[in-house]
Amino acid sequence: MEKKTIFQINGLYRDDYRVTGYEFGQGEKSACVIGNFRGNEYQQIYTCSQLIRRLESLEKQGRIIKGKKILVIPSGNPYSINVQKRFWATDNTDINRMFPGYNLGETTQRIAEGIFDYIKDYTYGMQFTSFYMPGTFMPHVRMMKTGFEDVDLAKEFNMPYVVLRKVRPYDTTTLNYNWQIWETKAFSMYTTSTSRLDVNSANQAVNAILRFFAKQGIIQYESTGGFVSRVLEDADFVSVRTKTAGFFHCITQVGMEVEKGDLMAEVIDPYEGTVKERVTAPISGTLFFSRDTEPITYANTAVFKLVPVQE
Amino acid sequence: MIETIAKVELPVDETLYIRKNRIKPLGEDCGKRISIVTGIHGDELEGQYVAFALQERIQQNIEHLKGTVDVYPGMNPLGIDSITRGIPAFDLDMNRLFPGNEEGDMTEYLASKIVKDLEGSDVCVDIHASNIYLEEIPQIRINELHAKELVPLAKKLNVDYIWVHAASTVLESTLAYTMNSRNVPTLVVEMGVGMRITRKYCEQLVDGIFYLMHEMGIWTGEVAPVREPIVSQDGKVCFLNANMSGIFVSETKHWMDLKKSDLIGKIIDPLEGKVLDEIVSPVDGILFTLREYPVVDEGSLIARILEQ
Ligand SMILES: [Zn+2]
Repeated sequence: MEKKTIFQINGLYRDDYRVTGYEFGQGEKSACVIGNFRGNEYQQIYTCSQLIRRLESLEKQGRIIKGKKILVIPSGNPYSINVQKRFWATDNTDINRMFPGYNLGETTQRIAEGIFDYIKDYTYGMQFTSFYMPGTFMPHVRMMKTGFEDVDLAKEFNMPYVVLRKVRPYDTTTLNYNWQIWETKAFSMYTTSTSRLDVNSANQAVNAILRFFAKQGIIQYESTGGFVSRVLEDADFVSVRTKTAGFFHCITQVGMEVEKGDLMAEVIDPYEGTVKERVTAPISGTLFFSRDTEPITYANTAVFKLVPVQE
Repeated sequence: MIETIAKVELPVDETLYIRKNRIKPLGEDCGKRISIVTGIHGDELEGQYVAFALQERIQQNIEHLKGTVDVYPGMNPLGIDSITRGIPAFDLDMNRLFPGNEEGDMTEYLASKIVKDLEGSDVCVDIHASNIYLEEIPQIRINELHAKELVPLAKKLNVDYIWVHAASTVLESTLAYTMNSRNVPTLVVEMGVGMRITRKYCEQLVDGIFYLMHEMGIWTGEVAPVREPIVSQDGKVCFLNANMSGIFVSETKHWMDLKKSDLIGKIIDPLEGKVLDEIVSPVDGILFTLREYPVVDEGSLIARILEQ
């Protein structure tokens, strides 16, 4: 294991901003895993830390295949974590909206460029990321439909789901999109949580990545468990919205099967405590995403995403 | 007449309203309509004064009004109230949500209602300010895809500068892109500083809006002549970024006729009392963007200069 500073910017009063990478094995740039870019993505760093621990032990056992190099960057943005701001604190920009970056541009463009330049030649790229809305997810691998996406390969993580996302205009500046354009096989990895640690889900993701590395001939590793991934597209999800606003009393949990008509949540009048709205399942399916981390809901707001029962 | 164009209930004892004021002529109506939009970014306030001053002047001479003026000063009411650029609680940039979706989430619903209400305007002016970091001279930014139609209109608005920039997929979800693709010519004005009102610039733009309304037949009162803006493409713009972190102090004496090697500002280190860097103009030209907020990181934008 070799620890390296792969990018840095000098601070005025703060310590220097550093992006630290951990390299395992030597040779071709086989796989790169990156944790957070945003200041609330604690689970993403934690998952990388667990991966680093496992890779260090595998390396000691001589299980990294000769000629293969793995790079893990637990954090692309320690500065925002330390001040608990979601984005770059001095100008509120999102590093994950700055790729491929520009080395003569603004601060976060330079950071994106510095990181991307270092990681763009890897064969496989995995990023632990988060959704713009807080909530809990079923663990999944997500990829954008750039034309370079390799769905069968994504199934080799054996995560419960592989989600294909249609590219929207603002996606073109994310790391995942640019990795794909530069012909890295890129995957966004979602564990259940973001701003709170879920140890089990992190371990599940670490196992998925090690399993994937083994299948690609990067490490020697016997894996057990895993899922036959179900592949989903944007259009497959059914959003469930609250019509009204108020306290959000969530009854269901992510991963649960619901039947059409089942009660999933209630919206409670914030002053009088009465039930304003009963949110029921519009279809039978599995609960994939839930805003169960939030005590309140807004009107016309998606609070759940369901995956229909497989025909 | 105040009209609510969208409303949505908030969780605790509050409703979000987006409102406009529609001013109609007393007598004859040429049938034309201009819409003045601002406040999509909640921390950009220059348009607030423009919306006020425009209406004040119209009311003083309402007999000269011959068409419809719609003023939408608060497109992102929660953002304006909470000093937030985006939509608070959703952490979304409202200007990346258009055209929206009436059946979608609350934020998409609001965006779709705005688009629907603006449809039918003959011209729309979307007034932004700069952010808190930069000061901008009054300027209009035009996507090259719509340049042919918009540049002649933009010249009527009394700005100093028209920047025709390259098309970018990221910008396809802006209000201006959406309205321009729906045949509502929409001009994006940038000026001043975030969180501030620069009255000189606001008055300059109000003069321009009256001139444009006059040209459209909406206003028959007297109007002042407009200045001739400089029109440029991307290629002629040079960007100056900070080479190191520190505190930026401006040394700029004038904006319009900058000479090569003129001092623009310094980056200083208050800990050691040292000047870390002196920033000079690499070209002869016009300074149209200048750093306002002193704290800079390596890479922070200091100035944009149009080479002449
Ligand atoms: Zn703006």
